[in-house]
Amino acid sequence: MDAVLDGGFVVRWLTAAAGLVEREAERLTELDSAIGDADHGANMQRGFAAVVKTVDTRPPGTPGAVLIAAGRQLISTVGGASGPLYGTLLRRAGKSLGEAPQVTVGELQTALRAGVKSVQELGGSAPGDKTMLDALVPGVEALATSFEAAAGAAEQGARDTVPMLARKGRASYLGERSIGHQDPGATSSALLFAALAEAAR
Amino acid sequence: MSAGEALVGVVLVSHSKAVAESVAALAAGLAGDGGAKVPLAAAGGTPDGGLGTSSELIAAAAREVDRGAGVALLVDLGSAVLTVKAMVAEGDELPEDSRLLDAPFVEGAVAAVVTASTGADLAAVAAAAGEAYDYRKE
Repeated sequence: MDAVLDGGFVVRWLTAAAGLVEREAERLTELDSAIGDADHGANMQRGFAAVVKTVDTRPPGTPGAVLIAAGRQLISTVGGASGPLYGTLLRRAGKSLGEAPQVTVGELQTALRAGVKSVQELGGSAPGDKTMLDALVPGVEALATSFEAAAGAAEQGARDTVPMLARKGRASYLGERSIGHQDPGATSSALLFAALAEAAR
Repeated sequence: MSAGEALVGVVLVSHSKAVAESVAALAAGLAGDGGAKVPLAAAGGTPDGGLGTSSELIAAAAREVDRGAGVALLVDLGSAVLTVKAMVAEGDELPEDSRLLDAPFVEGAVAAVVTASTGADLAAVAAAAGEAYDYRKE
């Protein structure tokens, strides 16, 4: 937990996330067409491409400033529910980090925990509802062990949504029919943690 | 509030441009000519006309209707709700006195616009729109 992270690290993280979203866009849309409105891949791709553009064109600021700028960009460009949700996650985490030029992994974990809490409040949902929280919560907690452990825990969390009954969003209207499909939001959340591990390697 | 003072502005946010604009026309029509003309704007769909929500369209609409008496935002579902909630909670994109109304979209819009046309303040507009939930249909 001694590693010190700067704004450049956060830029590398978000860039890696954009790359993974790009690579997995088709799969995200496929998952979303089973229980959603088949726009998750395209929405995430558009949002993260805009994030990379934003953080690339300015000199890397503090970790907090980079996250706030990225969150704001997601809210304004995604166009679907994932925009305000991911936007709030990053923006809240960024605000929680304040203006420190460098942060520890522990501080990043605390900030992301605050972000996840805001996502929970915004969506009015809890783990087990078959949402992005099912990957975010275990991912953030496993950061205490390592970035790799967090990536693994988030990925497992996403897979664990398969047998769940959706309780939030459009998928919840499907009732029992939502069972047996992996949640697209949890899947993209796992990509965020995979990107974090990639940036740290 | 006496005549001549600023009216509360109303923004209608829908997944669909057509829905937002139609509900705005409906609310303005039902408000009639009895009261003052309420600043009213629709922010529906994405900037390219697709289904979805755009924080830019919402922010522009809110600025357009802001007369200094506050801005009431009504939303339909999904990302419209989450986007406005996120903007109200953390953002700086909306005018200072902006409020997301907890109300059904169509009925709440009519109640909000009619109430705002009387010169009522933002709290009264919000209360009137919220009361639309109490009107049961069965």
